[in-house]
Amino acid sequence: MTAEPKEMSPQTVDLAAAYEASGVKEVLRELDETLIGLAPVKKRIKETAALLLVDRARREMGLATETPTLHMSFTGNPGTGKTTVALKIADLLHRLGYVRKGHLVTVTRDDLVGQYIGHTAPKTKEVLKKAMGGVLFIDEAYYLYRPENERDYGQEAIEILLQVMENNRDDLVVVLAGYADRMDRFFDSNPGFRSRIAHHIEFPDYSDDELARISETMLAEQNYVFDGAGKRAMEEYIGKRRAQPHFANARSIRNALDRARLRQANRLFETSTGPLDAKALSTITEADIRPSRVFQGGLDVDRAHEETRA
Amino acid sequence: MRLRQGQFSFLPDLTDDDIRTQAQYAIDNGWAVSVEYTDDPHPRNSYWEMWGHPMFDNPDAAAVVYEVNECRKEHGGKYIRVLAFDATAGWESIRMSFIVNRPAEEPGFRVVRQEGEGRSIRYTVESYAMREPEGARYA
Repeated sequence: MTAEPKEMSPQTVDLAAAYEASGVKEVLRELDETLIGLAPVKKRIKETAALLLVDRARREMGLATETPTLHMSFTGNPGTGKTTVALKIADLLHRLGYVRKGHLVTVTRDDLVGQYIGHTAPKTKEVLKKAMGGVLFIDEAYYLYRPENERDYGQEAIEILLQVMENNRDDLVVVLAGYADRMDRFFDSNPGFRSRIAHHIEFPDYSDDELARISETMLAEQNYVFDGAGKRAMEEYIGKRRAQPHFANARSIRNALDRARLRQANRLFETSTGPLDAKALSTITEADIRPSRVFQGGLDVDRAHEETRA
Repeated sequence: MRLRQGQFSFLPDLTDDDIRTQAQYAIDNGWAVSVEYTDDPHPRNSYWEMWGHPMFDNPDAAAVVYEVNECRKEHGGKYIRVLAFDATAGWESIRMSFIVNRPAEEPGFRVVRQEGEGRSIRYTVESYAMREPEGARYA
């Protein structure tokens, strides 16, 4: 009988090869191409990817045994791409082998916290089970904690979350997201969370220039284009919209474009006399953007009109 | 006497990792996995108590292992099994069933003979554990 050769841990590691083989490169490239701006976020993700790759190599050589803490917090204003980045992170962790399935489960307070005694724990556990093997994304996580009501069931959800985040570290990664200042207050009142979260990533607001590029990409995805004047109108729109309340970065742009498409459809319907070609059907012009309320001073102006009429 | 019911019952007890692998196989086939427990080990007792709902929409088997461990905390002294239900037309039935937890002491079964008309004898089996009332059957 011959002895089976024992499996040896490798003596050297080729990081470049591991990088190629894991497919991380593709995810990072996709991240770079599909997301405009967000330079600090991209940098952090690249650093994290490098860390995880090295950590994996160390584990293969038997140097490290513990799973690193991967729970993250994303802070930033609305519409800065937190959910989109979470999707990419899930994919990245899946390719690196840190989560088994790589799906993203997005929840808010309503999905975790019950309405009566004894309702919260099963509800939270159900969500956690669904997220196992993937990434659990808790949007506006600070709503879980309501200090003004000491009998609020949110505390119960927090306790279960903390327990699972600690005990089932191999099974799921939790991402908490929300506005920066309120997240800070949330972490201050729940020190358990802060210590269990290794990566804090901040999402900056987009610049006007970036938003203009985003608007063009969004249109291109739906096979629309701006004409020259339309593009200039959009740039002006972005500058004006930012100064008005409830500005939500890329989300505001998406909504503005939806309304522009509506106006374009109406305009074509009312003004067209003959057959229309594909170009006419897919061009957003100045006339589709200028009528926006934003150019007349925003929502407040409308409300003022209504009040004077009433 | 070890209870031999369902799959893998002639193998050593499954580890959590084994349970996960098996449950993942069921999930990947699109079967709904559920956890059940009982303290009545009779082979014809098909109605075990359900531990939570069947897990229809969990893509990963870690959730099953989590529930098995939760169930062990509460019913560690009883039998616990994992089932996989196939809902596709034509099957609509249990495709997998295996025991993942058993009591420390399994007293086994006795044969009961009942004398019928004439000289006929009816045979049945009864678990020694069943002599105790429900809830007091296993330490």
